[in-house]
Amino acid sequence: MRSEYLIATYAGPGALMTAVRALRAHGFKIYDVYAPCPVHGIDEAMGLRRSRLGYVTLAGGVLGLVSAIAFQFYAAVFDWTLNVGGKPDNSTLAFVPITFEITVLVGGLATAAAFFLRSGLFPGARPRLAGPRVTDDEFAIALRWRSSVFDAGEARRLLHEAGAIDVRQTVVDL
Amino acid sequence: MTPLHATIRDSARHVRPHRWLDGDPSLTEVTDHVARPLNVAPGLGWWLCFATALAALATGVVCVSYEVATGIGTWGLNKTVGWAFDITNFVFWIGIGHAGTLISAILLLFRQRWRTSINRSAEAMTIFAVICAALFPLIHMGRPWLFFFVAPYPNFRGPLWVNFRSPLLWDVFAINTYLTISLVFWYVGMIPDFATLRDRATGIRKALYGIVSLGWNGSQRTWARYETLSTILAALATPLVISVHSIVSMDFAVSILPGWHTTLFPPYFVAGAVYSGFGMVLTLLILTRSLMHLETYITIRHLEAMAKVTLLTGSIVGLSYATEFFTAWFSGNLYEQATFYGRATGPYAWCFWTMVTCNAVAPQVLWLRRVRTSVAALFVLSILVNIGMWLERFVIIVTSLHHSYLPSTWVMYRPTIIEVGTLIGSFGLFFTCFLLFLRLLPMIAMWEIKADASVEAEEGDLAHA
Repeated sequence: MRSEYLIATYAGPGALMTAVRALRAHGFKIYDVYAPCPVHGIDEAMGLRRSRLGYVTLAGGVLGLVSAIAFQFYAAVFDWTLNVGGKPDNSTLAFVPITFEITVLVGGLATAAAFFLRSGLFPGARPRLAGPRVTDDEFAIALRWRSSVFDAGEARRLLHEAGAIDVRQTVVDL
Repeated sequence: MTPLHATIRDSARHVRPHRWLDGDPSLTEVTDHVARPLNVAPGLGWWLCFATALAALATGVVCVSYEVATGIGTWGLNKTVGWAFDITNFVFWIGIGHAGTLISAILLLFRQRWRTSINRSAEAMTIFAVICAALFPLIHMGRPWLFFFVAPYPNFRGPLWVNFRSPLLWDVFAINTYLTISLVFWYVGMIPDFATLRDRATGIRKALYGIVSLGWNGSQRTWARYETLSTILAALATPLVISVHSIVSMDFAVSILPGWHTTLFPPYFVAGAVYSGFGMVLTLLILTRSLMHLETYITIRHLEAMAKVTLLTGSIVGLSYATEFFTAWFSGNLYEQATFYGRATGPYAWCFWTMVTCNAVAPQVLWLRRVRTSVAALFVLSILVNIGMWLERFVIIVTSLHHSYLPSTWVMYRPTIIEVGTLIGSFGLFFTCFLLFLRLLPMIAMWEIKADASVEAEEGDLAHA
């Protein structure tokens, strides 16, 4: 979102973590944190909700499972019965391997698709970077600037205290 | 690096060395080291390997073209031995792929940090191996352009559906699912690294990396979701990889042929697959780390960890060989006994004993730490594993078929030059793909190395404090 942000950069995840905890303790709302690698424990520190991607996997898996078993049953029992070695038309056990594969396939693809959609990742998407090096070796915190509810001095003090390399106020699209 | 960066990093430096890195590269140095092969012209070593691989691939293209134009009769198959080199190669290549998934998925779930440096190249290996494998059933069809007959699509022949009770059809679904999920896992893993490369590149490279990085900006909200996605995909890939080789083994086990018809096959095949895959990973990584100067990331400790997995799975394979013979003897079944005694003493006995030596005996030297930490010894052993595991599939398939129930059907099988050429071609395809991968894609997962290095740094600080 194009807006005015206060962006602080850090050299390591430790300092970043300290800053996030201090800001949250003082009631600041963190817009987002940018890092070249996942920082463990920062989701809780930022108060992020647990991802619900698992439900998509479950839904995809159930869809795959039901459609695979239903289709095999329909094809082998109703539509065109084949007598293979005198085995029963509804050889449910023999349908298990394909059902399992389709369950995994649909579950996995649905999860990946949901991830891309929810995160706004698609070919041609313009990267909205908080700094030129956040994908290399810098860790950044972005606070959205709102003059009415924002004690800039206090925020800067907390960011610096945690060991910020640089704190700048800028209008960018994040 | 700004002076301030350097000071902060130096203060965060810890006395303890990294467990899975040699040296202490900074985060930006990690990017430099991994991105280097993508930006500099390849050296003589790479060109030599690439030329050899291309020559092998060309051999394969010639042989396959001749086979498709002339017919399956160009192979040494006959009425008794209807499966031989092609299915051996198919099972061999599928097996190779399994180590990649084990490293990327199963070791992720077990939180084994040593996987970090090698998971990207192991996953690449999986994908190229599965492609090589899929080629063999395809060309064995004789009319590969009719491959879509194996899919249950609505057709004007009834619609006559495919036979869902056949393990060969299960294979079609298993291999395709495996390839698809592996590709998704591999690509998703590379997105953050593509973003890193995009932000350092200029011109056309920046545009290309921009497309494949999908606008990634390192947002923690995305990272949190990303890690959930990785865990879910790993959790899905773990049973998947076990199912794939189990299903491959059912191609044989579901039949009534002595030597094939056994419930031992699924676990036996899965262990063998992981064993052969680790053999190939060792071959590739020992070459790659010296060819690409990545000894900092792929350390001797990584090789040792892989050697331990090789020892474990090799021993399971050895135990399976013994179990098969015990069962044949204990069952009192004449045909079962004839098949197994025939393996050890018949015309293909040299294949059998080479297989036993390479797969069951050779890996036992890995009990010695000195062998596990010797690059040269591991390289030789990894080649033996590859040879042994290829022969294992050949022994299982050909010795069971060539002497089965009816003495009047007993024949010998000998591969033709076309079959040998096709096998060489599949190695050519595999190595061509892998060598291109080394030059076009980040072969080490930078973001995972960075995550591990920074976690270790924090732990070091705590220990220091």
